[in-house]
Amino acid sequence: MRELFRMFCRRLVALFGRRRLEDDLDEELRSHLDMAVELNCRKGMSREDARREALKGFGGIEQTKEIYREQRGLPVIETTLQDLRFGFRMLRRSPGFSLLAILCLTLGIGANAAVFSWVEGILFRPYPLVTHQEQLLAITGTARGEAGPTGISWPDILDLQRSCTLVDSFIVTKIMGTTLSIGDRAEVTTGSIVSANYFEAIGVHPILGRGFAAGEDSGRNAHPVTVISYQLWKGRFKGDTQIIGKTQRLNNVVHTIVGVAPEGFYGTFVGWAMQFWVPASMEETFEAGGYKLEDRGARWIESYARLKPGVTPAQAQQEISAVAKRLETDYPTTNRGRGIKLWPLWQTPFNNANTLLPTLEIMFVVVVFVLLIACANVGNLLLVRSFARRHEMTVRLAIGAGRGRLLKQLFTEGLILSAFGAGGGLLVAHWCRHALVLLFPARGGVAMHLPGEIDWRVLALSAGVCVMATLLLGLVPAMQTRKIDLAGALKSDSAGVVGGSGRAWIRSSLVVVQVSLSFVLLVGAGLLLQSLKKIRNTSPGFSTHEVLDTAVNLTAAGYDAQRAQSFQDELLERVKALPGVESAAFGRMTPLSYGSYSSTPIAVDGYRPPPEEQPIVEYNEVGPNYFATMGIPLMSGREFKRADDEKAALVAVVNETMAAKYWRGKNPIGERVQVKGQWMQVVGVAKDSKYESVREAPKPFFYVPLRQNFSRGAGLFIRTRLSPETMAMALAREVHALDGNLAIFEVITLQEQVDRSTSPQQVAVTLVGVLGGLALLLAAIGLYGVMSYAVSQSTRELGLRMALGAGASNLWRLVLSRGLALTAGGVLLGATVAIGLTRLLGNLLYKVSPHDPLAFGSAFVVMTIAALAACFLPAWRATRTDPARALRE
Amino acid sequence: MPISRSEVLQGTLDLLVLKTLDSMGPMHGFGIALRIQQVSEDLLQLNQGTLYPALLRLEQRGWITSKWGVSENNRRAKYYSLVRAGRRQLEEEAENWGRMSAMINRVLRTS
Repeated sequence: MRELFRMFCRRLVALFGRRRLEDDLDEELRSHLDMAVELNCRKGMSREDARREALKGFGGIEQTKEIYREQRGLPVIETTLQDLRFGFRMLRRSPGFSLLAILCLTLGIGANAAVFSWVEGILFRPYPLVTHQEQLLAITGTARGEAGPTGISWPDILDLQRSCTLVDSFIVTKIMGTTLSIGDRAEVTTGSIVSANYFEAIGVHPILGRGFAAGEDSGRNAHPVTVISYQLWKGRFKGDTQIIGKTQRLNNVVHTIVGVAPEGFYGTFVGWAMQFWVPASMEETFEAGGYKLEDRGARWIESYARLKPGVTPAQAQQEISAVAKRLETDYPTTNRGRGIKLWPLWQTPFNNANTLLPTLEIMFVVVVFVLLIACANVGNLLLVRSFARRHEMTVRLAIGAGRGRLLKQLFTEGLILSAFGAGGGLLVAHWCRHALVLLFPARGGVAMHLPGEIDWRVLALSAGVCVMATLLLGLVPAMQTRKIDLAGALKSDSAGVVGGSGRAWIRSSLVVVQVSLSFVLLVGAGLLLQSLKKIRNTSPGFSTHEVLDTAVNLTAAGYDAQRAQSFQDELLERVKALPGVESAAFGRMTPLSYGSYSSTPIAVDGYRPPPEEQPIVEYNEVGPNYFATMGIPLMSGREFKRADDEKAALVAVVNETMAAKYWRGKNPIGERVQVKGQWMQVVGVAKDSKYESVREAPKPFFYVPLRQNFSRGAGLFIRTRLSPETMAMALAREVHALDGNLAIFEVITLQEQVDRSTSPQQVAVTLVGVLGGLALLLAAIGLYGVMSYAVSQSTRELGLRMALGAGASNLWRLVLSRGLALTAGGVLLGATVAIGLTRLLGNLLYKVSPHDPLAFGSAFVVMTIAALAACFLPAWRATRTDPARALRE
Repeated sequence: MPISRSEVLQGTLDLLVLKTLDSMGPMHGFGIALRIQQVSEDLLQLNQGTLYPALLRLEQRGWITSKWGVSENNRRAKYYSLVRAGRRQLEEEAENWGRMSAMINRVLRTS
């Protein structure tokens, strides 16, 4: 083994200093022959004979040298270097071709690398600086009879922590907002409530001060400490190196700053950049709904589990499920029907990974298409050139080059092209790595953070794509060389026919493939666009215009319930008094916003649920005039009044679906419903509206008066014709007059709220549209190339036709029909593929069939127009053929 | 009947070269060729040229070394000599060869 290695090294060394080695060899062989001649002379031969005899005994000198050289160096590398040098020279000789080819490949490979870097950065390694993310899993609760995941309670997490042997640590994190006032500037900031083990468990070490100490996450409001982000430290605290130990008011509670997180650490929530962290002991200060650390029924936590090395998710899930089972029997009142579930990071249900997943999946398919189209284009270009280089190839074959050697040469040229393309592609990916953020609007003044990451995996993928492209690119001219016959190749062949098949079939089929791929993308874009339009046209069940929506975070400002109530009353009076305001109301949850409604098991007189079903219904806590302000019609009964307060009888308004399901068509007004153990009287039936997503099916839902179920964190809805900007200024004045430390959230129309909730669809439409356009352009270029080449190769035929009396219109028809025939082939193939593939869009489509004829039809029209445009110039050129000259040539 | 060139296996040539250098000491290529022809009593007619790639191969493997010197007739020539690893290799190969030919002989005689 060592011997072979030594041999390899020596041969490698021999690649350098070839001149000297060559001289050495010459001299050695010369000395050999001289000695042989001398010996023969001494045997009595004449000088001539002695020389001839010596040469005969030696064998061929050049052959010997050739064998010797092969043994000396590494022939594979030597010829490759030769090919590379030659390839570069060939590419330099036709810079236009090379540039176009490299540009196509750059687009193709760049799009792939960029999308992969997003997938990598957002789904697989979403949290910069967090170590061993492959061992990190998201963890949520589940409830029997409820489709979606739920939060987890703090006591449950503690039990998991104690009982699970396969999990290294459970990390609690809950996103929340606060108003941060430093100096005279107050603004809304996002932070996380975390367990004390947070920084240690994710392997992030503060650059100043410390993380949280064990035990800082227990004791009610016992540890007012915070770790701030690098950006906050640099921006709001001006990089103060003496910051540790200083204090900052957060939600009106003085917190001591104990640490500064390192640069580039944004917390553990896909889509948002966290600005500060507080231990779970401070939960009550930041979360609505009071002190929850001892309440097993309060499921508010979002959490991650870090598995021990070597433990599979399935094993961990098994252990966790066993613990959950035990908790079910130990604490039936809070835990019956409750499970706990692990999720891979890229499926994390409580952050934006979940919403981005289908979009990224589609993007992946789309960019592969773009790459294929780009490759087909470059293949076509190469093919044109291989015609031009037939002569060169023929000559090389004739003087004895093996076909294998020629193929290697062609593949090397392909490799050079795709290596340049890959290099350019990585640059493109590098520039685009944060581009995904551009597609999402900044919300509430807080920037989204969607990091792309270019690491070795992205590099490996690009290299793989590059190799694949090379093979594809080399294949085309390689097929062509197979057909070179030495005798025929010297004949000139400018006598092609426009409609002729012959050699042109490879080029034509490449164009057909391009057309079909871009047709698929066009269909996809059409479907998504239609579905977006349908979503936009779906009424959410409330007025979207002339209603503005904002919030004042009173939890954040440290208000207690009583102060909050009087603040809300006063603010409401002031707002109603503003000119141009028709009505205003508070409500805890804004429909279609991020966050979750309260939910409760219910009981209804006369309704017996089927066994194994625990009816759980979501509800919203809303103030007087909510329905009038939002424009949700009441089918019967009344809406909440100011008099429905803590002292009055408990009441509720149910929606149509709930009325139909639990009262079976009977009018529920005056009937009772039990919510969280208390009976309420139904006073109204509201029309169904959309609650969490525009695309959701009608579901049971009800409303209770805010006063009877008070929450300090509430949205404010204002019915007015004023613009959001005008309203924001007026509101800020009123709020400031009441309390100088309060900031209002963004003021937006409900339409804006609806639009934001459909942003995944919008992003998908934008991306597929842009990439589909790119693909269409590439395909049109391909078609143009084929047609103009066909025309230039058939001047004689065209001239002949003209001489025989064909008019311009005949020639137009000839060229266009050929182009359209190719397009039709592509469209047919594309339609077949599209019918199979559009099912992939399923998740993003809304009330649109994947086989929607309108989408297919419009894709067809667009494709045809593009094809006509691509054929226009070649056809025009055909009509300009000079018959006399064409026939003479 | 002389053995034709094609029948000289690569490994055999290596063995012959090693053996020659072992018994004769440092030699140049022409000398080795001459010596092999003499010893085989001209039964082995090899193209002398094929010797050189073989010498290179042996050198690359680290069994022989080469150095320019001056021949008995005052001619510059490259001299090859056996090194320790080469000697070891020779012993091994010779032994293999012996075993191999004995085996083949046995097979030929019995069948």
